Amino acid sequence: MLAPATDEALLRRVERFIYREARLQDEHRYEDWEHLWADDAIYWVPANGADIDPEQQMSIIYDNRSRIGVRVRQLLTGKRYTQEPKSSIRHFVTNIEIVGRSGADIAAACNVMVYESNLRGETIWAARTDYTLREADGALKMARKKVALVNNDKPLYTLSFLI
Amino acid sequence: MNLSVQPTDLSDRIRGEHIHGSLYTDPAVFQEELEKIWYRTWVYVGHESEVPETNDFVLKSIGPQPVIMTRGADGEVHLLQNRCPHRGNQVCTRAKGNARRFTCPFHNWTFENDGRLAAYAFPEGYADRDMSELGLGRVPRVASYRGFVFGSFAGTGPTLADHLGGAAETIDRLCEHSPEGEVELTAGFLQHRVKANWKFVLENETDGYHPAFVHASIFKVAESGLGGLYGDRSTALTRDFGNGHTEIDLRPEFRRLDRPMGWFGTTPEKLPDYASAMAAAHGADKAREIMIDGTPHVMIFPNLFIAEIQIFVIQPRAVDDTVQHVTALQLKGGREMNRRLRQQTMGSVGPAGFLLADDSEMYERTHRGVQSLQPEWLFLGRGDHRERRDADGYMVAHATDEVPSRGIWQHYRRLMEAA
Ligand code: FES
Ligand SMILES: [Fe+2]
Repeated sequence: MLAPATDEALLRRVERFIYREARLQDEHRYEDWEHLWADDAIYWVPANGADIDPEQQMSIIYDNRSRIGVRVRQLLTGKRYTQEPKSSIRHFVTNIEIVGRSGADIAAACNVMVYESNLRGETIWAARTDYTLREADGALKMARKKVALVNNDKPLYTLSFLI
Repeated sequence: MNLSVQPTDLSDRIRGEHIHGSLYTDPAVFQEELEKIWYRTWVYVGHESEVPETNDFVLKSIGPQPVIMTRGADGEVHLLQNRCPHRGNQVCTRAKGNARRFTCPFHNWTFENDGRLAAYAFPEGYADRDMSELGLGRVPRVASYRGFVFGSFAGTGPTLADHLGGAAETIDRLCEHSPEGEVELTAGFLQHRVKANWKFVLENETDGYHPAFVHASIFKVAESGLGGLYGDRSTALTRDFGNGHTEIDLRPEFRRLDRPMGWFGTTPEKLPDYASAMAAAHGADKAREIMIDGTPHVMIFPNLFIAEIQIFVIQPRAVDDTVQHVTALQLKGGREMNRRLRQQTMGSVGPAGFLLADDSEMYERTHRGVQSLQPEWLFLGRGDHRERRDADGYMVAHATDEVPSRGIWQHYRRLMEAA
């Protein structure tokens, strides 16, 4: 079990990181967003609950680092039609906490709501997001990000912006 | 042909290769489809591997209707309606589980997992009335083919074998890829919702004209051999099996390339256990043929799409609300293959998939597009000058031709014109 963090300065840094990630996503700054990932990263959006085994069960996204790169490069082609025109989105991030530390890894969690407007209409997404952040060269990187949508056991519209 | 007069009669909205746009958007047509297609013909419901143990159950659907698929104490698969015969409450609210009985929470009536009423609370209130008829509603006909379970709300009609016709062979072709001759659906489903009519989804599954364009973005960034299969010079074929079943037959292209496991972007050397299990099961020559040909790309009307590495189940919920339930195919005895099948499926399909997110965008834009008034008709004549009968008598044409859509609409018309 990781020890609870009490370091206010670290919490501020983590908050700034998460807010910046949200802004890069909102602004579709795909390459800047890709730079936030560590080399061995996992980007995971489970389906059918928050605690399935992604090695056995289907997830909405279960990207290793190289597949994160494919995802970004596909968006950059300008022919990822589900994002051309791009969804207009805003992430609202709250309840940020540091929930554990282990060596260089910082476990943080928050609640996220995303308002999306696109050709279909407006969609609201809500999730619990867990991060594993890692200090590398004086900056934080995402080693793992898990986005557990509250309704991931129900039929979902296309989710093609960066959540 | 005069196409300018707004047709009102349903059968007048299909004129050869011209389809009236209102067939996708008219709520009255949707209601009639429920009655004449979804609640009459054979509809795929689930796979036996989803209820492997006695008393397993899983919530499935036939069109908008929820259906509980159970494995009864008798070992048989049953399809039950999720509606209490007392006052209509839903008796099952869990997506899956294991239960010998279902208890309605409203007044505690209890049902066996084959639907029979087992007990009811405070029985004195019913004196000596015969309650035996008050079980859960059942889908009257249930039949399965190689583990694929279908249901029909019509008490009588063609058998499942009649319905599948020549398309049954595509399911055989799929199962051959398992060294044990069976596929399993054990990885759980993604549910991808689109604000579009179900027939856009149905037709697109065997539309070989769109991939070069809709999927250009992923073909460009991921080294995928898929692009060439759907090019102008591809030797792949579209085929109409009749009864609305259609396929894109990629085998001519894979046979030309002559690379075992090339269909899956790999080689037998990288899957040594699988390759030797296949050789043991089929003999070396036949195993090589199977591994060259690859799995089928077939749309079993109206809702089962076997898409090489995954299956989609199309569920219409309203005229403009369709859900695709999708999961990776798993090959029994093919452990080495199964993780890759899951990984590739997760990358390609579902709400965030590299392929399906763009298909779904097209469904929704098309659904909005056909609501513009002019021109009223869609044109599905591509390749009619080069379609021909194959050795089995099925209509085939180039991979990018609209033989499948024409076949689907012919069958649709027959079903919808029936009394
Ligand atoms: S509605 Fe089910 S017991 Fe009354
Ligand atoms: Fe497609």
